[in-house]
Amino acid sequence: MNGVTKGTLAIRNGRIVDPVAGTVEEGGVLIKDGRIEAFGEIEHGVFRKSDVVADARGALIAPGLVDVGAFAIDPRAATAGGITTSLLMPDQAPPLDAPALIRQAASFPADAVSIVPFAAATRGLAGREMAEIGLMKRAGAVAVCTGRQWIADSELMARIMAYASAFDMIVITHAEDGGLVKGAVATDGEMASRLGLASAPAIAEAMAVARDLMLAEETGARLHFRQLSTARAFDLVRAAKKRGVAVTCGVSPAHFLLSDQAIGPFKTFARLSPPLRSEDDRKAVIEAVRDGTVDLIASAHDPRGPEAKRLPYVSAEPGMAGAETLLTLSLALVQEGVVTLPRLFDLLATAPAKLFGLEAGRMAIGAPADLILVDDGKPWKIVGDKLAGKAGNTPFDGLPVQGRVLKTIKGGQPIG
Amino acid sequence: MPADAPSEFALPDGVHPFPHKHLTGIAGLQPWEIGFLLNEAEQWIALNRATAKHDDRLAGLTQINAFFENSTRTLLSFEIAGKRLGMDVINMHAAQSSVKKGETLLDTTATLNAMKPDVIVIRHDASGAVGLIADKVDCPVLNAGDGRHEHPTQALLDALTIRRRVGRINGTVVTICGDVLHSRVARSNILLLGTLGAEVRVVAPPTLLPPAVERMGVKAYTDFDAALEGAEVVMMLRLQLERMDGAFVPSPREYHHFYGLTRERLALAAKDALVMHPGPMNRGIEITSDVADDIQQSAITEQVEMGVAVRMACLDVLTRSRRGVEGWA
Repeated sequence: MNGVTKGTLAIRNGRIVDPVAGTVEEGGVLIKDGRIEAFGEIEHGVFRKSDVVADARGALIAPGLVDVGAFAIDPRAATAGGITTSLLMPDQAPPLDAPALIRQAASFPADAVSIVPFAAATRGLAGREMAEIGLMKRAGAVAVCTGRQWIADSELMARIMAYASAFDMIVITHAEDGGLVKGAVATDGEMASRLGLASAPAIAEAMAVARDLMLAEETGARLHFRQLSTARAFDLVRAAKKRGVAVTCGVSPAHFLLSDQAIGPFKTFARLSPPLRSEDDRKAVIEAVRDGTVDLIASAHDPRGPEAKRLPYVSAEPGMAGAETLLTLSLALVQEGVVTLPRLFDLLATAPAKLFGLEAGRMAIGAPADLILVDDGKPWKIVGDKLAGKAGNTPFDGLPVQGRVLKTIKGGQPIG
Repeated sequence: MPADAPSEFALPDGVHPFPHKHLTGIAGLQPWEIGFLLNEAEQWIALNRATAKHDDRLAGLTQINAFFENSTRTLLSFEIAGKRLGMDVINMHAAQSSVKKGETLLDTTATLNAMKPDVIVIRHDASGAVGLIADKVDCPVLNAGDGRHEHPTQALLDALTIRRRVGRINGTVVTICGDVLHSRVARSNILLLGTLGAEVRVVAPPTLLPPAVERMGVKAYTDFDAALEGAEVVMMLRLQLERMDGAFVPSPREYHHFYGLTRERLALAAKDALVMHPGPMNRGIEITSDVADDIQQSAITEQVEMGVAVRMACLDVLTRSRRGVEGWA
């Protein structure tokens, strides 16, 4: 399929996933000038006139994934994982706390993946003074983000929310009460106690969620919790949504597939932030996905080399390489009947794009042709060392899985 | 083996008495493997009490004591144990090492490994660090304490002391009092004593008990008096001074009032209950001097003596494979 420029690309014999219509139907896609020209049942004559015709051989044709909150620009991992838009955390070196830095990140060549930056809420992400939120929006930031850390100062957080709401920017927070989790590397429980690891109670998350929900209600800000992982936190979000609060939340596959059992014995690849939780909380994540409390699923992609991970557990940096395995791991939710296939792609592409006002994530005529071909039955084994991205720090190393991205198409161009 | 050693923990037929390359913790050890190490230690008690305290069976071997965390007592015990078995013993203190210059733990490990030691004894302030090192070296590794995780030779020497003084471990009621949260001694003892069938109680202010500690098979108390009822062994833990300044405990005075082992309190335990402490003690805080120095009930100096014997046994057993001892290849 390589070598197509401005002409037309036709893909036939696929199964089209339309998250908005909630359907999976046999058919094809016609792409012209980087956009979707037609999809569904396409007449044979159309294929005959196309420059390039590809046979999907029954694979799914779906919108490319829109990954909310990656910690690194990692095009190879994104393409291998079917991600065509990556919303970038401000936790870069240096932190994305000024318009020039936002502009630079946003102008990363979108050949394989579009980079959409989040603006740091505070200068240097230090949690003390507000950063230039308005100017960063003009430079291309789509939301304000506290980064890896929670902002402990409630007055400052209230001001950030109030200020951001004037620019209609979503405020994204990391929900862990800073006082409770200080020094902790795990969640309270038998595993942390057996390993002798400093731990914090799981309610540290719900406490942070409760405060930020109150502030959002008070200021009228739109609030997004980047990653939630506990039953108590979902209960708060569920109730707030019922009251009509403009709140959304995301989860990552690690938190619905793994519990804190995975950290033993001292597996630094399973050191995450928020940390892996109890089995009850793991099940609560799945329930929250099922009942719609969860708005999106994201990779929290955070590739880390040996200098950050080949250390004693307490010294290792948190985070996992997740981009390449995001779809594969999330397909488990379909296999187990938690969500339908179209709903999964809504959680992975359509909903996040809509939330942050992006054109991507839709199967629609005129939409950007950011598409992926997926064999949803293909069995394979995740091997950390063989991942395509910057690093292979995955707690899923060695796991047999089902479903794999066959091809990623960005702006009508097949990649890799 | 003492005549009253519990038979249910005897080595099953056809099973190797200690198939492990390293001793990184008590977790994962079978009861008969623990019993085997304790039995092996018995022979060294007699040697250590003799005038000529020397045995050459490990002559020519090199033992490195790599201590990334300060220690006087444990380091001395391992050094004496190695020397009494004829080894060349080298002590590496982290304070004087390249660790201070930013070298990573695994780089330091590779350097040590390249010097071809026959056994490395490691202490480190991070939980799990010793296991991490053990995976990367060619020789046996002995954990001399890693963070809050494990301190297996301390648990073994405590068990040896209890076995000799009480006569058994199976069914013995042991109360461990103090900073269980931060204590590797407590964790290893909970595992070992539980594996050998003791009834283990832990008691501390709630701020110093690990979350879900009952899941490790112990009964947790906050009332010291209640925890002492019927206890045959009272094991006191050291409370670091910096944890008594209001962060975990309001003051040393208050701690002593509720969790200090006094003569009056000890009377609540079983008659002639054994008093233990891994040292160094805060006299007048977690234990009063009259209890600590009681010749009948205190086993505190005997613990130190058993420590050398247990460490000699561990060094001997772990190096058998490389020495080509029959049945250990």
